[in-house]
Amino acid sequence: MIKVCTEDFDLGLLTNELRKKSPQSGAIVNFIGLVRDINHGQSVSKLFLEHYPAMTEKVLTDICSRAKARFSVDHIDVIHRVGELDLNSQIVYVGVSAMHRGDAFNCCEYVMDYLKSEAPFWKKENQHGQQIWLDANPTDVAAKARWEQ
Amino acid sequence: MVTLLFFGRLRELLDCQRLPLEITSTVDVASLRQQLADKGPHWQEFLSLQHALVAVNQTMAQEQTLINDGDEVAFFPPVTGG
Repeated sequence: MIKVCTEDFDLGLLTNELRKKSPQSGAIVNFIGLVRDINHGQSVSKLFLEHYPAMTEKVLTDICSRAKARFSVDHIDVIHRVGELDLNSQIVYVGVSAMHRGDAFNCCEYVMDYLKSEAPFWKKENQHGQQIWLDANPTDVAAKARWEQ
Repeated sequence: MVTLLFFGRLRELLDCQRLPLEITSTVDVASLRQQLADKGPHWQEFLSLQHALVAVNQTMAQEQTLINDGDEVAFFPPVTGG
């Protein structure tokens, strides 16, 4: 399941759905990304997320296909929110079910690393009343590169 | 006619979200960047290789990727989701 939406999500419900459709799995790994109150030393009060609707789900689907080809996993679910988000809000969810935990952990990291450097989302932060578009983070590029060695 | 789309910081800097553009023949991404640079100094700077990634028909493109009539070409800054 891949979804881009404005609404919030419930981790408990998502985990149950993933568990029910994965009877052969022995492990589920979930990741949730949040809006934090400090970024690069600046306090943040709100976040706005823009995306390229026609391309976003296509890229996420492609990342999940590559992840499934690389790791022995049963299901990958991804939800990414867009629009205006308050502090501490959930931004992104990745849930992976697999027979063994190693593949589930690795696959979840792989999906997040590629999502952060390939999926067409852009964050704009409200810092002290100023709207600031974020720059790409070099550590995200490095995180993706380790899968390509 | 190709449809150009701009996202994120680029959309705001150029004050443009969508721009229909007539092309007389197939062009590559590099020459389209050049053609758009003629619209003004801002366009030249903001659409330069280091500031703007390009997708053609919702797939990441290279400088030599060809653009045909009817294509959708999107320019955007490096992505920052997640």
